[in-house]
Amino acid sequence: MSKPAPHADFLPTAPWENLRLRARLLKQVRQFFDDRGVLEVETPILSADTVVDRHLDPFSVVLDAPSGRPGPRRFWLQTSPEFGMKRLLVAGAEAIYQVTHAFRQYEQGPLHNPEFTMVEWYRAGDGMAEGMRLLGDLCDCLLGRGAAEALSYGEAFSRHVGLDPHSATASTLAARNHELGIPAPANLAEDDRDGWLDLLLSEKVQPELGQDRPVIVYDFPASQAALARVRPGPPAVAERFELYASGIELANGYCELIDPAVLRERSARTNALRESDGKVRLPEESRLLAAMEAGMPPSTGVALGFDRVVMLAAGARDLREVLAFPFDRA
Amino acid sequence: MPSYNTSDFRKGLKVQIEGDPYLMIECNFVKPGKGQALYKCKLRHLLRGTVLDRTYKSGDSLDAADVEEIEGQFLYRQLDQFVFMDNKTYEQYELTKEQVDEAWKYLKEGMVCSMTLFNGNPISVLPPNHVVLRIEYCEPGARGNTATNVTKPCRVETGADILCPSFVNMGELIKVDTRTGEYIERVKE
Repeated sequence: MSKPAPHADFLPTAPWENLRLRARLLKQVRQFFDDRGVLEVETPILSADTVVDRHLDPFSVVLDAPSGRPGPRRFWLQTSPEFGMKRLLVAGAEAIYQVTHAFRQYEQGPLHNPEFTMVEWYRAGDGMAEGMRLLGDLCDCLLGRGAAEALSYGEAFSRHVGLDPHSATASTLAARNHELGIPAPANLAEDDRDGWLDLLLSEKVQPELGQDRPVIVYDFPASQAALARVRPGPPAVAERFELYASGIELANGYCELIDPAVLRERSARTNALRESDGKVRLPEESRLLAAMEAGMPPSTGVALGFDRVVMLAAGARDLREVLAFPFDRA
Repeated sequence: MPSYNTSDFRKGLKVQIEGDPYLMIECNFVKPGKGQALYKCKLRHLLRGTVLDRTYKSGDSLDAADVEEIEGQFLYRQLDQFVFMDNKTYEQYELTKEQVDEAWKYLKEGMVCSMTLFNGNPISVLPPNHVVLRIEYCEPGARGNTATNVTKPCRVETGADILCPSFVNMGELIKVDTRTGEYIERVKE
C-alpha cells in the first residue's frame, strides 16, 4: 500500500488529536445533561416541516412518487431540531436534549459548514434567566473559561458602538456605520434597521465579546425575535440570548414563543420578506403549529454549535481543523 | 456577460467592478446570529494593484472579468512602445512602458512571455522566470575574487543594470531571476 499524498481529498482535514478531543467533549455534553436528568431524544432530520427564517436557506429533498400515487413530495433537511423537540414538549417532555446534524445552504467559511453538529435542549418551566444559567454552566463545563458574563444587547451596543440600539433610527445606525468606516453592502437599504444593527454587531460588538470570559448577550430587539417570546416594553425586547467566546457566537437561546397565532403572523411576515429578497417561500403550516394549538408549556431552549466549541477548545481558527470531512470533502 | 453569485465567491476569482478588472484576494463569510449573511471581500485591481474592501449580501453578484492569458512573443521596442505577437493568432499588440512595468529589463527579441488580456486588450506581461542576458558594460572583473557578496552594477543588452558579483566580465552571459531581479549565475556560450 502506498502512502497517500498529504492533501489527498479523501483524507480528513482534522488531525486525529482534534477528533479525539471532539469525542471527549461529546461525552462531556452527554454527562452534563445526564447529571441533570435531561433526557436524550432523537427527532427526524428529514421533515415535511421547516423553520421559516428570513436568512436561513434549508436544503430540500424531493421524494419521487411511486406510479399511481400523487406526488412528488418535498421534504426538508432540518436547519435545527426545534420543531420536533417542541412537539415533544407539548407531548409532556420536561427536559430534553439532542445531539444532531443541521443543514443550511450556502453557509460556508472558516466558521460555517453547510452540515454541522448541533446540541439543542429544552426545559419546560424555565424562564430566560434559568436558560442563561444552564447555558453558562455547560459552557464552563466544556471550555473551562469560568462563569459567563450576562450583558444586555442594549448595554453591549452602548459600550462598543456608543448608541442605544432600541431607540436609534435606521438612518442614525447607518450614519454611525459610515462614521466607523465599516464597508457596507451597496444595496443595504437605508431603512433596513436590522441590517444596520447586524452590520454594527458583527463588525464592532461581536469581536469584543468573550475575550476575557464568555459573554451571554440577552434582550435582543423585538424585530429579531425569530421564535422567541417578546416582552412588552418600552422598549419591547425579544427574550433571546446568545453565547459568545473569543468573539465567536456559540449558541442561541429563546424563552420560547408558545402562541400559535403569533407564530402564524411571524411566518407570513417572514415569507413576505423572503420574497422581497428574491428567495423561495417556505411552508407556513406545520405540525408544530398544530402542537402549539394544543398548548405548549412555557419553556426555554438553546441551540449550541458543537463544532465551534470543539474549535475553541482545540485552539483552532477554522472548522476544517475539527471536522473529519468538511463540505468540499463530504 | 457571465457573472458570479456570492455562493461562487472565492479567492482567485477575476471580476469586473465599474469597468475595471479585479482579482478577489480574500473572501470571508460572516453571518451574525439570525441575521443577514455577508461576504467581506478584498479585491486587488489587476492593473494598479490597489486593494478595495467590499461587503456583499448573499445573493449579490459580480460580473466576471473577461481576462485571458496568452503566450506573447516580444518582437521589438520602439521608444516607449513594446510590440508583442500572439503566437497562436499572429495578432500584434502594443504595450506602453507602464503596462510592461519591470519586465522591460528582461525583454529580448523573440522571447515568449505570458501576457494578460482584459476585454481583448493587453494589460500586463510577465517574462519567463529565468532569462539569459549579455553584459554590455561593466567595470573589469577582479581576477581571483570569487566572492559573490561583493557586487557591481552591470549594464546588460536590454539597457537595464543588474547587480552582479565583481568577478563577471563584459561580453559574458548571465542568468537572472526576473521575479527578484537578482543575478543567479554565469552561463557558458
